[in-house]
Amino acid sequence: MSKYNITFADIGTTITVPRGTRIVEVAEKVGASIPFGCKENDCGDCMIEVLEGAYNLSIPSALETELLKQKFGKSNNRLACQAMVLGDVTVKPA
Amino acid sequence: MTQPVWLSERVQWIGALDPTMRSFDIVLKTPNGTTYNAYAVRGSEGVAVIDTVKEACAEQFFTRLEAVASYDEIKVIVLNHLEPDHTGALPELMRRAPQAKLYISKSAQLMLKALLNQQDIDYTPVGTSDTVSLGDRTLRFLHTPYLHWPDTQCTYLEEEYMLFSGDVFGCHFCDERLFNDKVGDFRFAFEYYYAHIMRPFREHVLNALAILEPLRMNIIAPTHGPILRDQPKRYMQRYRELSGQRLQSEVNADEKTLVIFYISAYGSTTQMAQMIRAGAEQVAGVRASLYDMEGGDADLFVDLVEDADGILIGSPTINGDAVKPAWDLVSSFAKINVRGKLAGAFGSYGWSGEAVRMLEDRLRGLKMRLPQSGVRIKLIPSSEELEECRRYGQEAGEHLMGVNAPRVLDMADLLASRQAQV
Ligand code: FES
Ligand SMILES: [Fe+2]
Ligand SMILES: [Fe+2]
Repeated sequence: MSKYNITFADIGTTITVPRGTRIVEVAEKVGASIPFGCKENDCGDCMIEVLEGAYNLSIPSALETELLKQKFGKSNNRLACQAMVLGDVTVKPA
Repeated sequence: MTQPVWLSERVQWIGALDPTMRSFDIVLKTPNGTTYNAYAVRGSEGVAVIDTVKEACAEQFFTRLEAVASYDEIKVIVLNHLEPDHTGALPELMRRAPQAKLYISKSAQLMLKALLNQQDIDYTPVGTSDTVSLGDRTLRFLHTPYLHWPDTQCTYLEEEYMLFSGDVFGCHFCDERLFNDKVGDFRFAFEYYYAHIMRPFREHVLNALAILEPLRMNIIAPTHGPILRDQPKRYMQRYRELSGQRLQSEVNADEKTLVIFYISAYGSTTQMAQMIRAGAEQVAGVRASLYDMEGGDADLFVDLVEDADGILIGSPTINGDAVKPAWDLVSSFAKINVRGKLAGAFGSYGWSGEAVRMLEDRLRGLKMRLPQSGVRIKLIPSSEELEECRRYGQEAGEHLMGVNAPRVLDMADLLASRQAQV
């Protein structure tokens, strides 16, 4: 399976992950400072800011878009529990 | 006794008494039961119902409500908090008063849909300084989220200086005399409720106090326990004290604190802890301290953890498990907010070393941040192993200060190394 790099800018850590990995899973494993709650697109706690490679993440679902809007997210924000890595990307906590 | 109780000429308590309840949400002890307080406010142009009660107590609520208003007079329903102990009677109330408009906080919207299990509910989301008029009475909403759920708000009756505070300033205490100047001594219940329900949200308590303290206050009417009409501001002041720092911290703003707890059977875990501390202290700005869990208990340590930036826990593995004081400590973390704090575990072992991974999993479950894989050492640490401890401490310090060297990892290795070690 193809692998890509995800970088957590705030802790200076880059991890090579299989395509389709959800950001929150990696973040939890490496101890990145991205908060999370439900992991189910419900609490919105896991909001991140995408610094580079936004187009390398899975397209947000209607539910994710709705929740981001409720949480006053901007266009470069995503939910770490929803976004999947499909290419190289750099993120930090929102 | 199913009469409503007057708070003022226009405001009545229409809640429910639940004197036999002994534990709330399983974890809270309620030795004298609790009350679910709901209120009716009458204005010249209609009646507002503020909060409801638990479903099992709905009958008391409706009986009292019917004694103060007919259903077609109800113009407004306010929900300060959507937890089922206050919304259990809501669906039935909405059926009986279909014309009433529902007001909830902005952050309660998704929860309301989930609660009522339907998507197309008619409601008005409100935030601080939004108001709704009942003619000669006005309700003003105050956005006070995370006390103790994301959805919480308070409602202020402007003309009467009365605050409907939701769970804030409440407690589980059931006394039909209802007012704080009439009921038995409920101070312990008030403190207990703060410690178990509000303390994990200390920052949010401070934010809410900033909004509430400037208000003139005749009565605080919470959703549980006594109605605070005698010196209501005292209770606010108590929240201010409880949510403040205990002693002025001696730690400077640009420093971070690392607290290392350990417990040792034969001294190996102690040696590890000392080296870890030495390593952490090498990083500028880190203040590390050591605590032997044998010399204190979790209730004492939890205050320390609340203010610390990072927490490391050292436990030997005995019978395939971490030792009880370590688990007691970790369990006490539920009383405070540890989310996002740096954490780690370490320890020595005889022939199997599960304790470290078990503690790590639990800490991760508490949503703490574990950037490192903990050190485990078999039997007596060699000098190389002690050096490994020093490095572990130093890296912990670097993570704490955000000065750790950039690193590149592979997810597969990360998973594999965890597998192999367990
Ligand atoms: S963790 Fe709750 S929405 Fe992502
Ligand atoms: Fe509650
Ligand atoms: Fe409650």
